[in-house]
This record gives sequence, C-alpha cells and structure tokens, in this order.
Amino acid sequence: MNVVVTGLGTTSPLGGDVASTWEAALAGRSGVRTLENDWAEKYGVPVTFAGQLVVQPSEVLSRPETKRMDPSAQMAIVAAREAWADAGFGEDGVDPDRLGSIVSSGIGGVWTMLTAWDTVRDRGAARVLPLTVPMLMPNSPTAYVSLEFKARAGSHSPVSACASGAEAIGMGFEMIQSGRADVVICGGTEAAIHPLPLSAFAAMQALSKRNDDPQGASRPYDVSRDGFVMGEGAGVLILESEEHAKARGARVYAHVLGVGMTADAHHIAAPEPNGAGQTKAMELSLERAGLTTADVAHVNAHATSTPVGDMIEARGIRALLGSHADQVLLSATKSMTGHLLGGAGALESVFTVKALETRQAPPTINVTEPDPELQVDLVRDTPRALPAGQIAAINNSFGFGGHNVALVFGA
Amino acid sequence: MALSKDEVLAGLAEIVSEETDIDTAEVTLEKSFTDDLDIDSLSMMTIVTLAEEKFDVRIPDEKVKDLVTVGDAVDFIAAA
Repeated sequence: MNVVVTGLGTTSPLGGDVASTWEAALAGRSGVRTLENDWAEKYGVPVTFAGQLVVQPSEVLSRPETKRMDPSAQMAIVAAREAWADAGFGEDGVDPDRLGSIVSSGIGGVWTMLTAWDTVRDRGAARVLPLTVPMLMPNSPTAYVSLEFKARAGSHSPVSACASGAEAIGMGFEMIQSGRADVVICGGTEAAIHPLPLSAFAAMQALSKRNDDPQGASRPYDVSRDGFVMGEGAGVLILESEEHAKARGARVYAHVLGVGMTADAHHIAAPEPNGAGQTKAMELSLERAGLTTADVAHVNAHATSTPVGDMIEARGIRALLGSHADQVLLSATKSMTGHLLGGAGALESVFTVKALETRQAPPTINVTEPDPELQVDLVRDTPRALPAGQIAAINNSFGFGGHNVALVFGA
Repeated sequence: MALSKDEVLAGLAEIVSEETDIDTAEVTLEKSFTDDLDIDSLSMMTIVTLAEEKFDVRIPDEKVKDLVTVGDAVDFIAAA
C-alpha cells in the first residue's frame, strides 16, 4: 500500500510554523541564542545557549491547555494542529477507527517531573498537582493528539532517544501499510532545555561549549565542531494511504517510500565506529522502497556537530552511495535548529519533504573548514537546487542506545 | 484572620478560571462544579490543591465529594 504525506506542521527554533521555519532555513538563519536565565551562575550549568522556540506555545494555546500539558505536549499539539489543518480534512474529518497517532518524545515531561519534585521537596507532597502524572508521562504528547483528533486506531510513542521522531514516522508508515489505519498523525517533540538535561548532556561531553558564539556553535562537519546544541520544538506529518488521499482529492507533498531501522548493539551511547548499523538502516530503507542508490538525490543527515558522530555517518553515506555520493546534496539542518532530540527526526522529515516539494536542499551553516575526510557534496550557506523529475531523499536519525532510523521520501 | 465568603468566592473563581478558561463572573455560588462548570475529577482535585494553598486550609480528600457547588466550597473554606 502506498503512503503519502498530506500535511506538515512544526514549531521550531526557526519559526512558529512550517512556512516561517522553512523560509528561515533556506535563508540560512540560526535559531540558536543565549538562554535568558541564571542557570550558569546559580548551578554552574556549563552551556548557556540553545535552539529556542520563536513562538511560545502559550502565545497560541489557551491558558488551561498550557496548564494541563507539559511543554513537550504543548509543542506537539501546536504542530499537530497545523499539520491537520494543512491536510485539509473536511468537516467529516477522518473515521476515528481508521485514524492513528504516533508522536514521540525522547526525554518526556522533564519540566513537569522536576518542577513537581521541587514542589514535594519545598512545599510538601500535598501540594503536588493531580495532573502531574498525565503531564510527565512520555506518551502524553501522543495521547493529547489522539484525544484532540479522536484518533482511535491506536496511539503510540516509540522512545529511542534522538531517533524517536523518525521512528514515529517509520511506525506511522508501517501502521498504514499493515492496514491498521488510513491516516496517522505522526512526529516528535522535545522540551528539554532545563538545567538538568543540559548538565547531564554536558557531563557526557556531548554539548558544544561555544558560549561566546551561540549562533556558530552547531557546525556539523566543520573541523572545529565540538558537540551538539540543544534545541526544542516539534514536527508533525500527516501520513495517509494514497487511496484515502486520492479519494478526498488531497494535495500530496511526497510519498513515504520506505523505512530502515537497525540497532548497533555496540554501546549504550557511542555509535558503532564503522557505522555498520547506520549504513544498514539506509540500505534497508532503499530496499524496502524498491529503489537503488542512483535514485537518491538528497540526504538530510543526522549530523549533530559532534566530533565523532558526524564522520561515522558521512563515511556510511559514502560507502552506501559510492561515487553517486558526488551527485547527492547533503544537508545538516541542525546547524540552524540545534538538536531537537526526540523532535529532530520529525522536524528534519518536514525539511526533507519541503526540499522535495520545492526542489531546494537547505543549507548547512557554520562550515568554514569542512572535515578533510568528508566525501559527500555538502550544501553550504545557501540552498541548492535539486533535480526535476522523480527523486528520492533520505532522512537519517540516530539515537543513544544504538537506534538507527532511515526514512526515504520520494516525489 | 478568616476571610469573608465574598473574598473566598473571588479567590476561588480566579482559580477555576485559570484552570478552565471559564470567566470568573460565571463562577457563582449556586453553580455545580461538574454539571454547570463541566469540571472533571482531576481538574476538581487540581482546584482543591490550589485552593488549599491559596487559602491556607486543609480540604480532606473524603470531603471533596461533598463540595458539589461553588457555594459548598466557599462555605467550607470560609469556616475552616
């Protein structure tokens, strides 16, 4: 069964919706800026910047909504509403028994959990609000999406760290292919810019410490990259069986052609040094799509700007595509958005679909001196045109725990 | 110092309004939390928790089921 993308939504460090986010991405703008708080002085948090939302959910949601949902769920709802409206379902909507939701978060309701702990410690257990559990549970975003749009075919939230959002989309594709649903609202969200996750990622030496140059800190493939930049936000795609989309005359952005998922089974945090699992995921995604490497015109890389990770992926892409890699435009959009963790694969799927639709590969910013080992055609600073005709694009996402997900879109 | 019933009603209406987006003017003594204001049990417990803090009173869990109307809650808090 063919699966198509009929709706897109996001709220991101580049904008409060898809149009503004995509415009900023094509313009090569950075969504990273210095945090306005005292976490560094107060707690010694070594990183003082992040990719922060342009539009706060509280600006578009009602007061009760912002009180009842963790920020991660708020962002998911903002993105899901945009995607739903974009898909143009009429008044009849979608048969609830044929509608699914799969919205993931890598970390979950960390703000809710830690704020509630502050309450217990400082004011006693009796002051803990009754909605704390439904707010902090990691399935909260998908549950709220299911509630809002009456998605009764199933609501899921696969958790695989920074691959979560991509895994949600891969599972959405499979949910439709397996016949469980005609339409799935899927994506990822993350709201973890909090002193604890920042401190914990910094303790792993995973974060850039370029406090004096926030906008230049996320620099995938640059020789001076020193870690990823935390980002926040959500991306949501409406996936739909082609038959269902055609029957209602829906606008189709792209086809979801395949997904490849593997696990490294190597180390709890470090990627397997040869990238075998990552490459295998890409290979499987193309196999499932019935494509060859020659069909691939664009890759939205996972590329988080870490010294080790970026080149493992880049070597894998080269190994898989061979000399065809010279004709593939590689984009590392985390250079602009920072790393949305569980939201990353979803936002980057939005970018991948927009790239196919507009035939423009978004730029990678901050690369002043590319890693000499890089043997892929990296799109730098300004967008570059993708070829006309039928082309395919891969979106990679990898997560701590050894999760590898490659999604293939075509248009 | 005990608060007057009017002061309790005003404070409670603010809490209900924050939680539900219902206008404070709609939160009147005769209104039922569930039937008129459409407040579910979790939201009711949230309102109770916030009211305990705001008015510095203790509302035992077993007492909450007796607070059917806004007036019931106002009476209980004002007398506490």
